[in-house]
Amino acid sequence: MTDALLAVEDLSKRFGGIVAADAITLDVNAGELHAVIGPNGAGKTTLISQLTGEVSPDAGTIRFAGRDIIALPAYRRSRLGLARSFQITSLFPEFTALDNVALAVQAHAGHSFRFWRDARREEALRAPAAATLARFGLTERADLPVSRLSHGERRQLEIAIALATKPRLLLLDEPMAGMGPEESARMVATLRTLKRELTILLVEHDMDAVFALADRITVLVYGRVIASGAPEAIRADPLVRRAYLGDQA
Amino acid sequence: MLLLLEQCLNGLQFGLLLFLLAAGLTLVFGIMDLVNLAHGSLYMMGAYFAATFVERTGSFVAGCVMALVATLVLGIVVEIVALRRLYGRDHLDHVLGTFGLILFFNELVRLIWGPAGLTLPLPGWLSISVELIPGIYYPTYRLAIIATALLVGISLYLVVMRTRLGMLIRAGASNREMVGALGIDIRLLYTLVFGLGAALAGLAGLMQAPILTVQIGMGENILILAFVVIVIGGIGSIRGAFIAAVFVGLVDTVGRAFLPDLLRLLLSASAASTAARALSSMLIYLVMAVVLVVRPAGLFPAPGR
Amino acid sequence: MTVSWLDLRRIVVAALVAVLLLLPLYSWASGDAFALTLFTRILILALAASSLNLILGYGGMMSFGHAAYLGIGGYAIGILADAGVTSGFVQWPIALAVSALFALAIGALSLRTRGVYFIMITLAFAQMIYYVASGLDAYGGDDGLTIYRRSTFAGLIDLSDKVQFYYLCLALLLGSLYGLWRLVNARFGLVIQGVRSNERRMRAIGFPVYRYKLACFVIAGTLCGLAGALLANHTDFVSPAMMYWTRSGDLIVMVVLGGMGSLFGPLIGAVALLVLEEALSRVTEYWQIVLGPMLLLVVLFARGGIDGLIALARHD
Repeated sequence: MTDALLAVEDLSKRFGGIVAADAITLDVNAGELHAVIGPNGAGKTTLISQLTGEVSPDAGTIRFAGRDIIALPAYRRSRLGLARSFQITSLFPEFTALDNVALAVQAHAGHSFRFWRDARREEALRAPAAATLARFGLTERADLPVSRLSHGERRQLEIAIALATKPRLLLLDEPMAGMGPEESARMVATLRTLKRELTILLVEHDMDAVFALADRITVLVYGRVIASGAPEAIRADPLVRRAYLGDQA
Repeated sequence: MLLLLEQCLNGLQFGLLLFLLAAGLTLVFGIMDLVNLAHGSLYMMGAYFAATFVERTGSFVAGCVMALVATLVLGIVVEIVALRRLYGRDHLDHVLGTFGLILFFNELVRLIWGPAGLTLPLPGWLSISVELIPGIYYPTYRLAIIATALLVGISLYLVVMRTRLGMLIRAGASNREMVGALGIDIRLLYTLVFGLGAALAGLAGLMQAPILTVQIGMGENILILAFVVIVIGGIGSIRGAFIAAVFVGLVDTVGRAFLPDLLRLLLSASAASTAARALSSMLIYLVMAVVLVVRPAGLFPAPGR
Repeated sequence: MTVSWLDLRRIVVAALVAVLLLLPLYSWASGDAFALTLFTRILILALAASSLNLILGYGGMMSFGHAAYLGIGGYAIGILADAGVTSGFVQWPIALAVSALFALAIGALSLRTRGVYFIMITLAFAQMIYYVASGLDAYGGDDGLTIYRRSTFAGLIDLSDKVQFYYLCLALLLGSLYGLWRLVNARFGLVIQGVRSNERRMRAIGFPVYRYKLACFVIAGTLCGLAGALLANHTDFVSPAMMYWTRSGDLIVMVVLGGMGSLFGPLIGAVALLVLEEALSRVTEYWQIVLGPMLLLVVLFARGGIDGLIALARHD
């Protein structure tokens, strides 16, 4: 528990009458890919929002690299190395793909109180951005405005932006939402490579992807953790089968 | 002490007038998400209509009723012809569009009634003062305003809380899409709500006409106060508008009355009067600033916002 | 031959700048002194509108109290002139500093809110300042304050010479536009635009958004204060009316009419609005009856402003 990169304890959140998080306790070890699965409305996105600081929990603690981050605003958590991608694509629509990623690089490349020099010519920003785009096969699309990208490309850009902030822990919220089988397979391959470089908390519905990538799986139902452990154990767990997997696994 | 009581009553009366204005504004904003800067123009039209109809008919009551109906109709016409298309657009569009309407109405009034403004004299039976408690006299008309506004306020509350229409209004303030999905004729609901708001604005305008003013641009000055009220009270909340309006009315009136004396205790006479003048106008904005810093969504925001 | 719409825009802007450069010549040749006065006013308001464009067009912050800085800058000049300080070298930096301070204070509080609340609170602050100015009996109160001597610059430039003053305003406008252009494309400008585009994501990737918005707000307020100093010199007069909220509305109209988030948009908007007002007022005394609905129509149907119309024309 003490060398977990992310340690969440008794995290709780209610929205009026709805319990979005009910004493959630889980941890993510450095280097692992920890998947969080569960039916719709289980509170998975709320969990991520609480981890990143967009939603403040009613109770519980969140420790990142040993540090209590509950009081920190979102941008500070990003500075510490916590990045997220959004379930509903959240890009900068008026900018090009390269601009989108360069902004993320810029956020972690010193301050931005520079008023004169053209930031689009700053190699220190453009080069890492281009490299990140290349990882996702988006080099050809770099100078296109976001509106001209396909849905799959936008989902990839969504993650590229998060990755460009050089995080230690990447929170991915249903990265494969709305993707066809080919695109999903490519995403799985990309994630497999990413696994080796950083720690990932993956929220997903795509069970093939989850079981192909996860080192550990936590199952969330109605805001509560009903099971957590190795993939095979989860697959076999009767509680989980009844609540969620059914015949899927 | 007597002066304080009188000023408090004046403050209450002013606050209730503000409430009528703010209620319409907050309804329209809460339900249709429409920022209507031209709400003040409807207030102005109410006053102008009243002054004209009272003079024509010779009867205060008849003239006022006609003015109220005229403002209601005007509001509905404006909604159908101009504002309907703004629903769902960016607030910036609302601000600009309704700003254009303000210019239009101000010029229209100048064209029809001239630049000088009008007066609305009170009939004899309303010009007297009434003895409230031994030794204290208070103008009947101001009491009438308080009574009418309270009556309207209570009726509004009953309609909003106890009737089906009111339920739709409350639902719409919290969740617009749901109301539409329930199969209610949204367009009709919107037009009705806007008409209601226009009538309230017109009522406020005509009621204050005998004691304050009937002139071009009168809408803009009080509109800002109405916005301050709904910001403090919480957008979409009638209850919030009521409490905030009475509070604003009291603070503004009592503040203006007693601030010069208060400041004279601290500063020289001339400095006190200058400072008092500036400060009493600013007082209510200071309050709003404080409220917004502490509670950015207002004191009683409609749930779901 | 297909002309890209960018080229068409550039042509329009280039033509406009050429006209502005040559205007005094026309005025001298034709004896039409009024045109010079009108266009000086246009340049000054274009500067004010351009400063608003920075926070509104590029930054997405809808301030309804921007005219307050016109007043603050103007009153700084007026009050100093009244006290006998007429050197522009002293007056103008003070005007800028005071504007910056007010913008800092107002921005620090207002930027804690957003949406309609932000609009209302900026409006309220502007009204507060308006009332304070109205209450300043020593400086004319509601009636305003006459300025008997324009700012002097140790003989370098004579502001009471209309032509020199015109070119000063033009130089300041073009210089500011150049500065804004660099700013908007620098790191700072990208952050501001990013905030307008998707504030939530900006926070998520690690930007402390508030401080950038505040800095932007202060820059815009300061630049508007400069416009206020120019306006005071132009009209030889300052009054609370300079900052009445409908003036803020006028500035917003200029920005939107010219096309938000485009560099020359506010200039185009200022020219369009003021020339339109002049033209209409010659036709009828009640020109606002026409202007009002026109504004509404533009909002309803020509949302991209004049810029958008140019783009539309190109697509036909």
